Amino acid sequence: MQLTLEFGGGLELLCDSEKIHKVNVDLPNGVEELTMKDLLSWVRTNVIKERPEMFIKGDTVRPGVLVLVNDCDWELSGQLETTIEDKDVIVFISTLHGG
Amino acid sequence: MEASEAKSKKQGASRLCCLCNQRRPVLKRPKTLQQICKDCFYEVFEEEIHQVIVKNGLFKAGERVAIGASGGKDSTVLAYVLSELNRRHSYGLDLFLLSIDEGITGYRDDSLETVKRNELQYGLPLQILSYKDLYGWTMDDIVKMIGLKNNCTFCGVFRRQALDRGAALLKVDKLVTGHNADDIAETVLLNILRGDIARLSRCTSITTVYIREGDLHTYAYFKKLDYFSTECIYSPNAYRGFAREFIKDLERLRPRAILDIIKSGEDFRIATTTKMPEQGTCERCGYISSQKWCKACVLLDGLNRGLPKMGIGRARGGANGDHHKETKKPASAGRSLESKQCGSLDF
Repeated sequence: MQLTLEFGGGLELLCDSEKIHKVNVDLPNGVEELTMKDLLSWVRTNVIKERPEMFIKGDTVRPGVLVLVNDCDWELSGQLETTIEDKDVIVFISTLHGG
Repeated sequence: MEASEAKSKKQGASRLCCLCNQRRPVLKRPKTLQQICKDCFYEVFEEEIHQVIVKNGLFKAGERVAIGASGGKDSTVLAYVLSELNRRHSYGLDLFLLSIDEGITGYRDDSLETVKRNELQYGLPLQILSYKDLYGWTMDDIVKMIGLKNNCTFCGVFRRQALDRGAALLKVDKLVTGHNADDIAETVLLNILRGDIARLSRCTSITTVYIREGDLHTYAYFKKLDYFSTECIYSPNAYRGFAREFIKDLERLRPRAILDIIKSGEDFRIATTTKMPEQGTCERCGYISSQKWCKACVLLDGLNRGLPKMGIGRARGGANGDHHKETKKPASAGRSLESKQCGSLDF
């Protein structure tokens, strides 16, 4: 499926300083739906080029990273359980810097 | 429109906003756990700030108010909301942007470009003060001399004074900064970890709107505000970083932790036997100080004399040590904690 990924708050530095990534994600074998959990691991492998620990901790995002799916905080849609569909826009913003 | 509604139904956000019952919710308010939409979020966010201003009688019409602006998300949101509320509720304030250039190449020079844009975007006059002009040292110079430890000690002390001096230059009546709830919680923790009772009692006494850092980010993102977001190149070794990581982990387990830590900080009662510092003025520069020389002067003196450790570490000797002759020393040989003058524990 075609997805748009956006990285902000400094996270773009982990992906070659590109803020917006238009990607094509294939569902893992035998899986019918793509969840955020699957997507995170895909992003970690395919998009993050350095210092993955700034983005991921365990199987979820590092504390302090805001995740929005179609402009909606993923806490409302079940965080890792959120299902991702074609044309979805997922935004990752790091909050871990001075203001 | 229909497609996205169908999508959000599937994702479980099938309820409508708890406040307006019309639009689809986009986030959960940590304080109330209500699901609210974008517009209600803006309203609640801005209203909270307005209420703190009104309930505490923070401003009077006609006052000149400086906004400490770094180009980061906190000060950008602050400048945006304050100028908006000033207009909406007719506070009658004369607002200014005050920016401090610490002289950090690759960090501050970039974020200052953002503040210059903010000046145009919000129509607020900007004043920039630099460490170079005020103290004769940039942070880059300082770090070259002292190494990568204790950088934030110098920078924080100098910047606080720089902001006050800038405010005096602009002849403002009040100074506002973009410290958020997470910052204050970190400060409470840091002061506990260091046993700094003086600072612990002061850090929650200033009027603050306790907004969570995450909410600030969401607001800035949705409103598409122009801000600069990179870590200061000297901050990775800061002690505050540990408190920050800890608090972020804690927040995950217990979202109320941040506001509760602040509440603990506010409710601390200092033992009556503990000697607290008294506010006076610095003999060298006239700034507020609880010692004979203010911290900035002590640090500056150390830098100019090639003694980078002066003012860092426990104040047993050095510039301020001599001025503690009036402290009563107990008859017993050992030093007890009670006899230590508060605020003299320093790391």
